[in-house]
Amino acid sequence: MQLRSASPQLNGQGELHHLLSIEELPRALIERILTTAEGFIAVGTREVKSVPLLRGRSVFNLFFENSTRTRTTFEIAAKRLSADVYNLNIASSSTAKGESLLDTIDNLTAMQADTFVVRHSQGGAPYLIARHVAPHVHVVNAGDGRHAHPTQALLDLYTIRHYKGSFEQLAVAVVGDILNSRVARSDIHALLAMGVRDLRAVGPLTLLPVGLEELGLQVYTRLEDGIRNADVIIMLRLQNERMRGALLPSAQEYFSNYGLTPQALKHAKSDCIVMHPGPMNRGVEIDSMVADGPHSVILPQVSFGIAVRMAVLSMVASSQHADLR
Amino acid sequence: MIDLDAEAIYFELARRVRERFHGRSPRLVGVHTGGVWLAERLRADLHIEVPVGILDVSFYRDDFSQSGFSRGVRPSRIPFDVDGAEILLIDDVLNTGRTVRAAMNELFDYGRPERIELAVLIDRGGRELPISTTLVGRTIEVPADVSVVLSRDDDQRLHLRLEEAKGR
Amino acid sequence: MSATLAIENGRVIDPATGYDATGGVYIADGRIAAIGSRPDGFAAQRVIDARGLIVAPGLIDLCARMREPGAEGALRVEMRAALAGGVTGVVCPPDTDPPLDEPGLVRMLRQRSREAAGARLYPLGALTAALAGETLAEMHTLAQVGCVAFCQTTALPANHGTLLQALRYARTYDLPVWLRPVDASLVGEGVAAEGALASTLGLPGISVAAETVALHTIFELQRATGTRVHLCRLSSAAGVQLVRAAKREGLAVSADVSIHHVHLVDRNIGYYDTNCRLDPPLRTDMDRAAIRAGLADGTIDAICSDHAPVPLEDKLLPFGEARSGASGLETLLALTLGWANAQSLPLLAALAAVSSAPAQILGEDTGTLQPGRKADVVVFDPQQGWRVDEQTLLSAGKNSPFAGLRLAGRARFTLVGGEVRFEAPAG
Repeated sequence: MQLRSASPQLNGQGELHHLLSIEELPRALIERILTTAEGFIAVGTREVKSVPLLRGRSVFNLFFENSTRTRTTFEIAAKRLSADVYNLNIASSSTAKGESLLDTIDNLTAMQADTFVVRHSQGGAPYLIARHVAPHVHVVNAGDGRHAHPTQALLDLYTIRHYKGSFEQLAVAVVGDILNSRVARSDIHALLAMGVRDLRAVGPLTLLPVGLEELGLQVYTRLEDGIRNADVIIMLRLQNERMRGALLPSAQEYFSNYGLTPQALKHAKSDCIVMHPGPMNRGVEIDSMVADGPHSVILPQVSFGIAVRMAVLSMVASSQHADLR
Repeated sequence: MIDLDAEAIYFELARRVRERFHGRSPRLVGVHTGGVWLAERLRADLHIEVPVGILDVSFYRDDFSQSGFSRGVRPSRIPFDVDGAEILLIDDVLNTGRTVRAAMNELFDYGRPERIELAVLIDRGGRELPISTTLVGRTIEVPADVSVVLSRDDDQRLHLRLEEAKGR
Repeated sequence: MSATLAIENGRVIDPATGYDATGGVYIADGRIAAIGSRPDGFAAQRVIDARGLIVAPGLIDLCARMREPGAEGALRVEMRAALAGGVTGVVCPPDTDPPLDEPGLVRMLRQRSREAAGARLYPLGALTAALAGETLAEMHTLAQVGCVAFCQTTALPANHGTLLQALRYARTYDLPVWLRPVDASLVGEGVAAEGALASTLGLPGISVAAETVALHTIFELQRATGTRVHLCRLSSAAGVQLVRAAKREGLAVSADVSIHHVHLVDRNIGYYDTNCRLDPPLRTDMDRAAIRAGLADGTIDAICSDHAPVPLEDKLLPFGEARSGASGLETLLALTLGWANAQSLPLLAALAAVSSAPAQILGEDTGTLQPGRKADVVVFDPQQGWRVDEQTLLSAGKNSPFAGLRLAGRARFTLVGGEVRFEAPAG
């Protein structure tokens, strides 16, 4: 007995109707997103930093989980597309307000929302919303539980392409709390999709999820081994708010084994770049000297993030109706 | 069958442009991709120092809701100050006029030019907006379902051909 | 009513005896009078022509939630669903609201069940008061008002000392104890089986150790007490292997599995389909293969539906917040036939898992068509296709993982005690 499941992100023409996760996006589509983002980088250098693409459309930022930085980036991106932007911070326990998640969506759709940018503490929430909205409405996942953060992965790809050119020859290390990180999951899928062959996961056994080797990664529990000769190091935030009990003894012990210090960095290639999705825990996963040092591209990542989100918002808005399967 | 000798038509266009500008050096801005090739040829032929500006216009088109980014997107780049500039906007084929409208809107987001003139290799009529110019290489008439396509070979020579428009 | 009824020209299958032949089933005074050819002088007040159909013992579902106590009038609805599914006997677990730890509640439930005139009801009593896992429930009194066994419904009591005492106490009166082999501390926040799929979906995982550690604990305490234990809902290959070894050792243990675990794996969660949020979670292909092998070699004795009607608003939530459970009473028959087809099993073997085997675990003289036994019979069409959706499901629970799909196999007549309590609409 086969149970059906069709990818809800792409419509019948293969256009991006929602952006829910990186996992099933064809490589060609990812490349188009990056190329479109390049166009928006150029817009960001002008005095008039906006274009009229989404004039008259409305973008609703629905953040069930607090995040000032991601929400602000999406707000800037939508405004630079001339869209009307509305921010809604909803308590993550929807039952506390007495209104269910889907009731909230229905009410907002009645207010003529075109696109929902959704961040939620539960993996899969954007899929539930995407299944529920009217065919002309788009959903962009701004992070769902531990599952995915596709726009972060796209801007990470953009950053790597900007500094390193192509992907196939690179050695990339993802370091830290991969178990609890949606950024790590999306980065891993994105890098594999773009052809990275030497992809490493580094962390203590309690922070590494099952199944990494099956995906094609090499797993290391020692930082020096994991970043040896790496071209790109992606440092992950140690997720204090997601850690519940007995995964690590202390931040200090973590830093002494996995913190990226200038000494540790010597094991990587001399021209390697260091990335971090932010916000950083200085002295926990990364030493300030590295975060502010010559290898760090953490600040450029932020500006690339606006252009990438402009690309995503405009590309989903331009797709015709979702395929009703 | 119309025989279009692109090089000869360009020659005529360059002659008119030279005449119009009397040795002044307008800032050249080409619309991707054909307009950029023409702008680069004109820059060389008119001995203009300032590099050519490039407009992609994807973000300013009026058919975004229907077609999206159907032609892909490339970065626009204007390597000079648009404020107070005398600009020659260059495109390969002038048809409905919508591309030129989008290009002008985009240019105005870079600054306020003193004047914009328009040069096109081929004017095929079919205007849907009040846009016109006399800086034209040649005016032709083709059926609505036929496209006029400019190409450039490895020796940088220009070529024109007619194509059946693809059904929508 | 001492009706006489003849069901004729069908394929009669009785897993308890191995009978499988074309013929009839003859019922009088609520019991089977004869099977095969019509007895001399048998005057039937009603004749059911079962040409093209199968006549078998009514299904006995070792776990189906009737939602009462809890929701007024719910039992009637679920009983209609049971009969439509060809189910004539239902074991209901004590996780009701309030839990079944009071004799008064059990009496009321049995009374309501008699009035509903649906399937037979076999209530399970709570093992501990309020199912809290701390103090013992009045097992003896509850048994006297009709509880067939005693059950802890979601996991083992955290305090193993309490579990040991509960097993000892039950042994005093030779009462069986039904246990979910789940160690709650190893489940933690998990919502899906630990593995590559849960990792990809970013869902907190439940390690197999949650089942195997619990099984080890149960068997060790069983060795100390000698209590009869029935294991509810195995989910893993490792678990099946432990049960196999325990049976070989001679421990008095039986086991069941949910029909959904016979068919589905973690991959079926797809894009976070909450109808596949189940307890225990759906595991991998390897685990499903081991479950099927366990059914084939008798390590797993029976299949149940684990019927859990969940309201739509509790499923229309992100996966981690949705309530677990699947609606299964009405799909149990079709899915059992589907399993038989997929594995090329003889119908006798497949139907045994949902009739004679559950009857044996319950120690009831039903689940068979032998003359003299209660006439709990289902007449079904194994070919009849139907679409699983809110219209076709009678239960309040529309939350089936097979919603929207077509299954084959539907009951036409369901008889309890010789009385036709369900008859499918014609056409």
